Amino acid sequence: MTMKTVFEKTSGLTDNQTHYCPGCTHGIIHRMVGEVLEEMGILEDTVGVASVGCSVLSYEYFNCDMTQAAHGRAPAVATGIKRVLPDRFVFTYQGDGDLASIGIAEAVHAAARGENITVIFVNNAIYGMTGGQMAPTTLVGQKTATTPFGRDASIQGLPIRVSEMLSTLDGTAYIERVSTHDVPNILKAKKAIRKAFETQKQGLGFSMVEILSSCPTNWGLDPNESLDWIKDNMVPAYPLGVYKDVPKGGDEW
Amino acid sequence: MGKVLMKGNEVIAEAAVHAGCKYFFGYPITPQSELVAYMARRLPEVGGLFLQAESEVAAINMVYGAAGTGVRVMTSSSSPGFSLKQEGISYLVGAELPALIVNVVRGGPGLGNIQPAQSDYFQVTKGGGHGDYHTPVLAPSTLQEIIDLTEAAFDIADRYRTPVILLGDGMLGQMMEPVEFKELSERKPEQKEWATTGTRGDGKPRIISSLELNADALEKRNELLQKKFTMIKQNEVRFETFETEDADYIVTAYGTAARIAMNAINKARKDGLKIGMIRPITLWPFPEQPFIATRDRVKGYLSVEMSAGQMVEDVRLAVEGKAPVSFFGRTGGVVPTQEEIYDQIIQLAGGVEV
Repeated sequence: MTMKTVFEKTSGLTDNQTHYCPGCTHGIIHRMVGEVLEEMGILEDTVGVASVGCSVLSYEYFNCDMTQAAHGRAPAVATGIKRVLPDRFVFTYQGDGDLASIGIAEAVHAAARGENITVIFVNNAIYGMTGGQMAPTTLVGQKTATTPFGRDASIQGLPIRVSEMLSTLDGTAYIERVSTHDVPNILKAKKAIRKAFETQKQGLGFSMVEILSSCPTNWGLDPNESLDWIKDNMVPAYPLGVYKDVPKGGDEW
Repeated sequence: MGKVLMKGNEVIAEAAVHAGCKYFFGYPITPQSELVAYMARRLPEVGGLFLQAESEVAAINMVYGAAGTGVRVMTSSSSPGFSLKQEGISYLVGAELPALIVNVVRGGPGLGNIQPAQSDYFQVTKGGGHGDYHTPVLAPSTLQEIIDLTEAAFDIADRYRTPVILLGDGMLGQMMEPVEFKELSERKPEQKEWATTGTRGDGKPRIISSLELNADALEKRNELLQKKFTMIKQNEVRFETFETEDADYIVTAYGTAARIAMNAINKARKDGLKIGMIRPITLWPFPEQPFIATRDRVKGYLSVEMSAGQMVEDVRLAVEGKAPVSFFGRTGGVVPTQEEIYDQIIQLAGGVEV
């Protein structure tokens, strides 16, 4: 009997076991990024930047050179790497607390400068690592450790739609929001990640994929309910789609 | 090369270029803005890159990213901006990345003012950011010395994989003096096997990180850092002494304060007083040796600073109570005059015989 290989682990990830909670979609997103790096044949030319939060240990999982950045500063660190090594691929992997709260300035300015880097932005509407506190992306009414009665817009303000905001900047070349709540969306997410790295390959400028992701542990839901919660609550608040896809930003200036 | 008349901030920048630094990430702040502007014009000429960051926080993190690729890289700022860089400096230490950070100190606390000061001494010598660490601190007192110490700072940074601080003040940054540079020569970049540049066929992926979740492992890592600090203490202490052999009293000062104090000491010597000088050049590691060598025979020390009294604490630690240590300083951007310092010396020595 001949054996046929129908599935293999991507060489884009190491053999380390991840620390992510059961049902969390970080694992799927890691795999998609790893697969894209493998499929493009760029693993050995890539430097990744890990951020602070649940994905802080992503440097243990991506099978390429990795740097760990201070909280929110990954786009600045990536800028430093890319400006020295413009022919390498540089990506950041950041959560919503890291990117949209403490690191919003670094994200906005890296985007505005048109830094030729790729940002993988994982939005699960909550701080995971620190135990489920409100993030800038937490939905109105959503209960978290620091909004125990639900996020109240009159007190905590309204959530930030990062893809929409960054797409207004002329330095951005490609921005898409995707989701991980079912297989068709996961397949779309992978295509978006591929497109983001292709954008970088062509030197077009800043690319970002915002990926709606689950947090069963801190949402207090089981993995399936969590996927439904993305579909029913996050997708309406954070509409999926391509927000920016231009050959080269900034020409009108 | 002959002598050229240059501003201190520009000398720091050109000295860095001479030391092989091709990457600069910075943010404007007075009184160091000339340094940023000089780099913006100069680095493209040597095939390097200048990038103005959106904040000091971003600048130091760009430095962190660039340092991780193994190149010589620097940033500069002044006190309020230097405070913002503390997070990044702590990470550079933790991840063991070499870089040069310049602080052209101005009056504080808070926004303070833009006049020269030495009130960031505690911050630069005692760690500054979070965690158990020190960074080497070099404090030039002339523009010519800036040239030597800037190169030394990059060498120390590479040798020990650590950020190094060059500490100036608004006076040194703004003043002009004739300086002489060596011929600019192309340096062969050092191979740094730990750098994250893409594996490119050279084995397993490398990781640059300051995270270690296991307490025992982090303690081991910190012990290695401490070993490194001990080595720096053994090998990198720099200071200068002036007529300490027969001195009854020794004035100690660094940077701009040392220059002014020297004038006062020279006058006191002319008046027949036996006054010497110890000028720390490295502020960390602090030069204890010249104090240990003199503390049993001098009648006292006077620490002169442009602060409310910071280095004087290290002087007292070095003297270990074996002789009285007094202090004179001006703060808030006020620079002490040589007359004021002379008066302090006279008071200390119990007057001049006439």
